[in-house]
Amino acid sequence: MENHLLSIVTFLPVFGAVIIALIPKEKLDIIRWGSAAITGIQLILAIWILYIFDFSSAEVQLQEHFAWIPAFNIEYFMGVDGLSAPMILLTALLSFLAIFTSWNIDKAQKGYFALFLLLDAGMMGVFSSLDFFLFYIFWEVMLLPMYFLIGIWGGPQREYAAIKFFLYTLFGSVLLLLGMLALYFISEPHTFNMLILAEHSAQFGQAYLLGMNAGKVIFMLLFVGFAIKVPIFPFHTWLPLAHVEAPTAISVILAGVLLKMGTYGFLRISFPVLKDATLWFALPLAILGLINVIYGAMAALAQRDLKKMVAYSSVSHMGFVLLGMAALTPAGMNGAVFQMFNHGTISAMLFMLVGVLYDRAHHRDIEGFGGIAKVVPIYAGVTALAFFAGLGLPGFSGFISEALCFIGAFPVFTWITIFATLGIVLNAGYFLWAYQRIFMGELNSKYEKLEEINHRELFALIPLAIITFFLGVYPTPMLNLMSSTLNHLVEAVKTAGMVAGL
Amino acid sequence: MNLNQIMTDLSYFIPEMMLTVILLLVIVFDLFQKADSSIRSGYLALGGLVLVTFALIGQDVSISVGIFSNMLAVDPFGNFLKILVSVGTILVMWMSFNSNELKNRRVGEYYVLLLTLVLGMYFLVSATHLLSIYISLEMVSIMSYLLSGYLKEQNRSNEASIKYVVFGAFSSGILLYGFSLLYGLTGSADIYEIQAALSAGTASPALMMLILIMVLVGFGYKIAAVPFHFWTPDVYEGAPAPITAFLSVAPKAAGFAIIIRFFNVALSSAGNPNMEAWSALSNMNWQAVIGVLAVLSMTAGNVIALQQSNIKRMLAYSSIAHAGYMLLGVVVADQTGIAAVLYYAAVYMLMNLGAFFIAIHIKNAFNTEEIEDYQGLGYKAPVLGVMMAIFMFSLTGLPPTGGFVAKFYIFRALIENGDMYFWLAMIGLINGVISLYYYMRVVKAMYFGKMELVKTIHNAPINVTVLLSVLALPLLFAWMLGDPLSIFAQNAVQFFVK
Repeated sequence: MENHLLSIVTFLPVFGAVIIALIPKEKLDIIRWGSAAITGIQLILAIWILYIFDFSSAEVQLQEHFAWIPAFNIEYFMGVDGLSAPMILLTALLSFLAIFTSWNIDKAQKGYFALFLLLDAGMMGVFSSLDFFLFYIFWEVMLLPMYFLIGIWGGPQREYAAIKFFLYTLFGSVLLLLGMLALYFISEPHTFNMLILAEHSAQFGQAYLLGMNAGKVIFMLLFVGFAIKVPIFPFHTWLPLAHVEAPTAISVILAGVLLKMGTYGFLRISFPVLKDATLWFALPLAILGLINVIYGAMAALAQRDLKKMVAYSSVSHMGFVLLGMAALTPAGMNGAVFQMFNHGTISAMLFMLVGVLYDRAHHRDIEGFGGIAKVVPIYAGVTALAFFAGLGLPGFSGFISEALCFIGAFPVFTWITIFATLGIVLNAGYFLWAYQRIFMGELNSKYEKLEEINHRELFALIPLAIITFFLGVYPTPMLNLMSSTLNHLVEAVKTAGMVAGL
Repeated sequence: MNLNQIMTDLSYFIPEMMLTVILLLVIVFDLFQKADSSIRSGYLALGGLVLVTFALIGQDVSISVGIFSNMLAVDPFGNFLKILVSVGTILVMWMSFNSNELKNRRVGEYYVLLLTLVLGMYFLVSATHLLSIYISLEMVSIMSYLLSGYLKEQNRSNEASIKYVVFGAFSSGILLYGFSLLYGLTGSADIYEIQAALSAGTASPALMMLILIMVLVGFGYKIAAVPFHFWTPDVYEGAPAPITAFLSVAPKAAGFAIIIRFFNVALSSAGNPNMEAWSALSNMNWQAVIGVLAVLSMTAGNVIALQQSNIKRMLAYSSIAHAGYMLLGVVVADQTGIAAVLYYAAVYMLMNLGAFFIAIHIKNAFNTEEIEDYQGLGYKAPVLGVMMAIFMFSLTGLPPTGGFVAKFYIFRALIENGDMYFWLAMIGLINGVISLYYYMRVVKAMYFGKMELVKTIHNAPINVTVLLSVLALPLLFAWMLGDPLSIFAQNAVQFFVK
């Protein structure tokens, strides 16, 4: 059983989707609770994985290994290490909670929950697979349910948002495929196994592709593929649209999990496999991180649509991740992955809260409210907490991870880091300003009878709030989980750089 | 050639002879059928073709031979393609039984023409002599003209047929002229002897280029590659829908077969003894020319398909684009490349027949071919909707469908062969992104429209559902489970070598 834990976690939702598809569509409660049960079991299994995970080891654990398509040396290879473990936990947690956020879906519920479970399986697969081909299949498979989930259950501009998301990510994916095949053919013997590719990383720096250094060419191909997912400026334009048009639960998944896949891809493939090119591209990556931080925050300041503001805040927060990992220091790297996890929980809360408000007021115009804290005090309280977490107030997890990113990046990119700290001020600016306009001041008479947040919505929010608060006060367990693997990664990249004389 | 030799050669020719007998039987049988019962001739033709297909599968091709003084070759390559076109034709016949266009008319000769076309394709995929190439090509073409004009009282169908004839006659004239130059240059019409004569490399490059272009006009028209594609949309729109589906897969696969055989045998340096890779003759770089055709076909096909509102026209242009992807595999000219083309042809057959079949059924049930009118179809006709979405995803080349694996093999062959082909792979992949847009328009219309309008659920008849499952399930699952098709395709890349 233990040996197949990752496969079970990944394919359980597929099994669930088939079951859901067989339930008659009138039995709404069975469909909803069934989905909740499936994702609930998945969450328990994910926690169990952490329980049996050896924190002190940088090795890949719970490996599952068998030849899948031997003609091309493609393996079914799964495993978990300190980089993927937090992501698996995050995926399971957000999938489970997002089911409760989806309770109010008002049409074709059966299709919605079945597709949602397929999406869940795709995300799990991306974080568990260690064979590049397998990774790519999961990476792509996830696009299909996402396309339908945005396109069928989204807002007014959903059709445009769905196809734009699909076209952008597919464009990134094909470059990823090119890079993957190039890696396969340069590696000797040909392999898609990420761990073996990483061991042979020196080969890629010496080979040539298109007359240039193969490592750098492949790094750039993978970079575009991953950058679109993160999204890194200027590849971010699909994001605000997709986030705004998607139904609440899907925005939660988009911001909470999908964006992490981009940075996860960098850390899982680009960094360990293309070590020389990573050092070569570290400075541009840090600069792009800075642009993300500042640009995202400025754009968020300018929004009147609350959901769009939260979407742009994601762009800004992912900038910290880029900065932290570009620094290639233990603190920066741990900060980056910790920030990925924290942004997952915090942005999920933010999108859920926007959804709660939208369900009641049917609009999201920041200027259109005013003084509603008097009517909905609990909602105002939870939102205050989420906003404070979002702006990185000490005591919340976001503060620790952002601080770690800065500490790690400061000795390497001093000026970039100094400018990036401005992002914190801007973040505080738009969160507080939006809070003030919505909750403080004169009560807008339209909202005198605004309904308070209900138990189901609170049930989805409170676990996230607790995690945010707990990790803000006591981040050690999470840092212990990831640090062996990440320190090992930093060391490997640095050593390769010294060997190459960089 | 003595009688014994002929008898030996005939023993390699059993499936073809069987098909000829069945064909004649159907003609005679049809004489005794009334108009309303002529569909029985169709059943007989289908049964016969199934038998022939089993004979082909059972045929021992482990030793490749040339028969009838090297007019035809019997080899694994030809065998693979014969089975492929037979399976395609069987599926098309099945579709034809369900077609409203063919209801209430005498259909005996329709099935006879189809069987004759199949016989022509059998010859085409094994032809190794300029004469047999030309004759079999004409045999395929003439039957195609007749079948596209089968709806005699419809203007569209007549227009399709006449356009096809004019383009076809013109192209085959040019092909013949190219062949005559080749014969004049080498003094032989046997492609092995032509290869031997050309490999000296003494002919002037300009003359060789002229020959290459003339030959490509003839073959390119058969596979509808740009710029020889102009007949495609009108013929595809006007012909009876099952014939359109048929033309887009079977004769196209046969056309690819002859391109691969002709270029890799007649116009290549001998390559290594195991025939693992070929390279173009030094004075005729056909790989570059075909590379250009591939890029043009993919790009033009996809870009024009973006603007189509009729599903048949959209699929017509998409078939041009797919011809481009397959040509990429031809450019590579080694075993992985050709195996990838064969694999692609088989997968394309499944997914394109599926898409056409649904279009036919929707035309029957809802009387429309406009993509815009597919509004809410995903809810109105759940089986058709899901299946159509699968075929569209597969045509785009998205995992986990066979369309992705087929593209993967093509691009794998390209990237394996170095920088020169890396750009081709990149152009091909970006074309895949362009195609996403128009394939998704179908999905969007089916699912993103207003579902409130749906009052009644249309249940597809059981035989439609079965046929669609036969097409869709292998697409979804076959490659995950050991991929038997790819093993079959790899074993098929062995030509008869004299």
